[in-house]
Amino acid sequence: MAEWLHPALLLMLGALPLGVLQGRSRQVWQLALPLLVLLLVVALPDGARVTLHFAGVELTPLRADGLSLVFAYIFALILFIGNIFALQVDDGAQHVAATLYAASGLGAVLAGDLITLYVFWEIMMISSVWLIWRRRRQSAYDAGFRYLIIHALGGMLLLAGIIAYWLHTGSLAFEPLQGGGPAFWLILVAFLINAAAPPLHAWLPDAYPEATVTGTVFLSAFTTKTAVYVLARGFPGTELLVWLGVLMTLYGVTYAFLVNDIRRLLAYHIVSQVGYMVAGVGLGSALAISGTAAHAFTHILYKALLLMGAGAVLQMTGRSRLTELGGLYRSMPITFLLYMVGGLSISAFPLFSGFVSKTMIIEAAAVEGRAVVFLLMTLAGVGTFMSTTLKLPWYTFMGRDAGLRPPEAPLNMRVAMGIAALLCFVIGILPGWLYAILPYPVDYNAYTASHLIKEMELLLFTGLAFFLLLGVLGGKDKLSLDLDWFYRVPGRQAVLALRNWIVTADGTVRGAFMRVFRQAEDATTHLRLSGWPLRSWPTGSMALWTAIVLATLLVFGLGR
Amino acid sequence: MSSITELMPFIVLIPLIAGPICALLPGRALPWLLTTVSMATAFVLSAMTLAAVFDGATLSYAFGNWAPPVGIEYRVDAANAFVALLITGVASVLLPWGRPIVDAEVPERQGSFYALLLIALAGLLGITLTGDVFNVFVFLEISSLATYGLIAHGRDRRALLAAFRYLIMGTVGATFLLIGIAFLYILTGTLNMADLATRLPSTEASRAMQVALGFIVVGLAIKLALFPLHHWLPNAYTYAPSLISALLAATATKVALYVMLRFIYDVFEPGYSFTALPLSAALMVMALGGMFAGSWLAMMQTNLKRMLAYSSVAQVGYMVLGVSLVTLAGLTAAFLHLFNHGLMKAALFASAGLVAWRCGSVRLEDMRGIGREMPWTLTAFALAGVSLIGIPPTAGFISKWYLISAAMEDGQIWLVVLILITSLMALVYIARVVEIAWLQPRPDDAPAVQEAHWTLLVPVWLLVAANFWFGIDTRLTVGGASMAAEALVGGRLLP
Repeated sequence: MAEWLHPALLLMLGALPLGVLQGRSRQVWQLALPLLVLLLVVALPDGARVTLHFAGVELTPLRADGLSLVFAYIFALILFIGNIFALQVDDGAQHVAATLYAASGLGAVLAGDLITLYVFWEIMMISSVWLIWRRRRQSAYDAGFRYLIIHALGGMLLLAGIIAYWLHTGSLAFEPLQGGGPAFWLILVAFLINAAAPPLHAWLPDAYPEATVTGTVFLSAFTTKTAVYVLARGFPGTELLVWLGVLMTLYGVTYAFLVNDIRRLLAYHIVSQVGYMVAGVGLGSALAISGTAAHAFTHILYKALLLMGAGAVLQMTGRSRLTELGGLYRSMPITFLLYMVGGLSISAFPLFSGFVSKTMIIEAAAVEGRAVVFLLMTLAGVGTFMSTTLKLPWYTFMGRDAGLRPPEAPLNMRVAMGIAALLCFVIGILPGWLYAILPYPVDYNAYTASHLIKEMELLLFTGLAFFLLLGVLGGKDKLSLDLDWFYRVPGRQAVLALRNWIVTADGTVRGAFMRVFRQAEDATTHLRLSGWPLRSWPTGSMALWTAIVLATLLVFGLGR
Repeated sequence: MSSITELMPFIVLIPLIAGPICALLPGRALPWLLTTVSMATAFVLSAMTLAAVFDGATLSYAFGNWAPPVGIEYRVDAANAFVALLITGVASVLLPWGRPIVDAEVPERQGSFYALLLIALAGLLGITLTGDVFNVFVFLEISSLATYGLIAHGRDRRALLAAFRYLIMGTVGATFLLIGIAFLYILTGTLNMADLATRLPSTEASRAMQVALGFIVVGLAIKLALFPLHHWLPNAYTYAPSLISALLAATATKVALYVMLRFIYDVFEPGYSFTALPLSAALMVMALGGMFAGSWLAMMQTNLKRMLAYSSVAQVGYMVLGVSLVTLAGLTAAFLHLFNHGLMKAALFASAGLVAWRCGSVRLEDMRGIGREMPWTLTAFALAGVSLIGIPPTAGFISKWYLISAAMEDGQIWLVVLILITSLMALVYIARVVEIAWLQPRPDDAPAVQEAHWTLLVPVWLLVAANFWFGIDTRLTVGGASMAAEALVGGRLLP
């Protein structure tokens, strides 16, 4: 039975009442619907498949196997948690958009053919942009517009790639793509845009911090993770992805040091964490792919938790800049504690969820003897701990008291964060639950002595460095904060050069991205003001053009 | 089979006869009722005709029992029936929608207004169904003259100037067509299309034949509003009454494209047309020019109807691009987009017409925040816009899929890139309207606007639903388009 009721379809139909229902009934439906879908997804047997013959092509709207089910579980789960977080928001459009967005993400990971994937891919773009636009600020409109255009571009590349693939192979089944050819590259680039891989990443830190408080939580979960899934499905073992992933881990971490907005900082960490997954896809071994799926699972939970914490701060104080915050632990102690659970998870602290998943990917690199990949990914982990778990909470919740005394976040927000934190913790101490649902059976134990010692050493020394430097540096000079810390690491020249290169490259790319938009906007405004495009052409020039066209046609025709 | 052959001419005759009667009818209700009933009947007949020719048959009806090469023949295969179905179908849906809007925009002498409308539609249908080239010219003039009158009915004074400019350009186009037809007659001594098709290959190739082809193609390109011969279109669509904008946008350019294809592929052989003149290159250049210039100018506009008009210029470019590939797949894509674009533009202009009626203006600055006041209308607009951009599951997506496939099959990857860029531009101009209507606050001093009555929303939403329906069930559209393309090529070799 469950095979015929497509979870994504149910979710889409279920989204419609959210636009009409009000008050308590809306809230009940908001909680019941994700639970229903979660049950439906859990009931899906491994290997379930629905095939339709439609207009001469074979479509597979539902394909449940190990890889797609992990993503389906977590997507349904995070919709539930996110909806709890968003319960108090009285904006029907936002709830409908979030639910449709989740439905399209779910549909995309369950899609067994490229057409179905493309359909959900485009619905995802259109529904998610409303989570940004509903912030109702001019800067959010503009950011949403840029987000829309970049994703539309990605969607069109995907469409072109699918058509090329279809003409080349005569098949539309979504299976690993063979190397080379326009189809391979078009689809890969389209996927990488959604995965926010540099230099195609500028949309993510641009748009996510502009989204609504609750919208960012959903945004962080679906788009990039769907991209990770499709990469794992279509491009496992692609060498390019290993290096791209490593670059992403460092890129995100480095840039996260330099930003002031707490949600933008966390957005950069999405890039960094997705980097681990992309690298895992590139490594392509059973352990790496399983690690990727596991990391996507845990990442969605702890990143949602972190963004919920940051969102709660923004909601209660109206501020999101590190320099304007501080000392909030007095008035928001629960938010602070729950945030720290997320922070410890993302930093792969033992007993928390990140530890059991991230180390799988790093281990996969070590098993294959990729020393450089291993080292660089470990290094990025240090940076993650530094900025997400130490810097952000220090300047937000501890540190200099900004004099803010907001009340604690509303109950539903705390409950949502509590559930996410609990799951982070449970996965951390009982990883067997997570390992049991991974696409490939893994014989992996995160809690070996060597893993523990390595992680603890790294984290403790990072923490030590942070607090030693804290007194010297003070709050504002964040740029030299990380710089000075790197001096204490061997190989600092290489690291410094890389860091500077990344910062410059990022600045250039972002600058170019923004400049193109601004120039286009300026030119458009200028032209519109000049009235040139609005004018009507005189009749004489219309006749002249007719003569020119006829003459050209005849000259070229008769002259041959 | 034989009964439908007898009934098929009535698709043209019903509106042609109803037109003069309509002019004599008093009041408002009767002319509208007669128009709607005639178009609905014509729609049923068109559907029956298409069903009869869907298997590749050709229907032929000789007027007054004069045998075809001498008398006038109506000759219908899948290509004409497909276009006739679009015209009558869109008209049947739009007429119930347009009634109160026409009441507001043309309060006086509605009898003559609807009479002109019927005659314009009869002309378009006549061009579509006839198998006689001189008859094409006659019906082209009939429909054009009626259309000039209809455009001049617009409330804005500028409608008169727009109609006059269209008259000049339309006359130039019709004259070009007539010159081309005259050349053909001198060369072969016949005016019947099927007869021309058999005689032309045996006629010695001459400069006159090339010139005839050139005049016919350029003349029809004006009626098609192919860039850079599109200048008449934006003003005509902008200032015409809303019903006329919607009808013309959905049908008039489509008919011109159909006739052009009939001449290029059927009257002349494709093997001759594309080698005697550099048609493929010329059409491709003009199509790409239209796609870019049209989309770009649409992005600049401050008037919603004018924006949609420029978007039509761009969309005509897509159709002609399919033709310029000179492959069966390209021709199928052109026919498919011809039909699908009729659906999406009808829906877009219909919702824009509701805005014009309730809001009194279609300037974008007057539409700020109107989405909350007219949610059903603006949602219909946004969904039809989704189809225009080509996002699944809509008819526009199916068009784009076939056009891109055709370009890729032909190995022209760079065309795919250009198609994708212009779809992005379509996204920009549609999203701009959505942003203005939904996201910007309504100015405090703006007049209160009420949502249109549901009876008017039903036809608009029917068109929107059709956009989604034909995005999922493509048997009629893709089947009809490929039958139409095959009927035109008719087993001839493509160069």
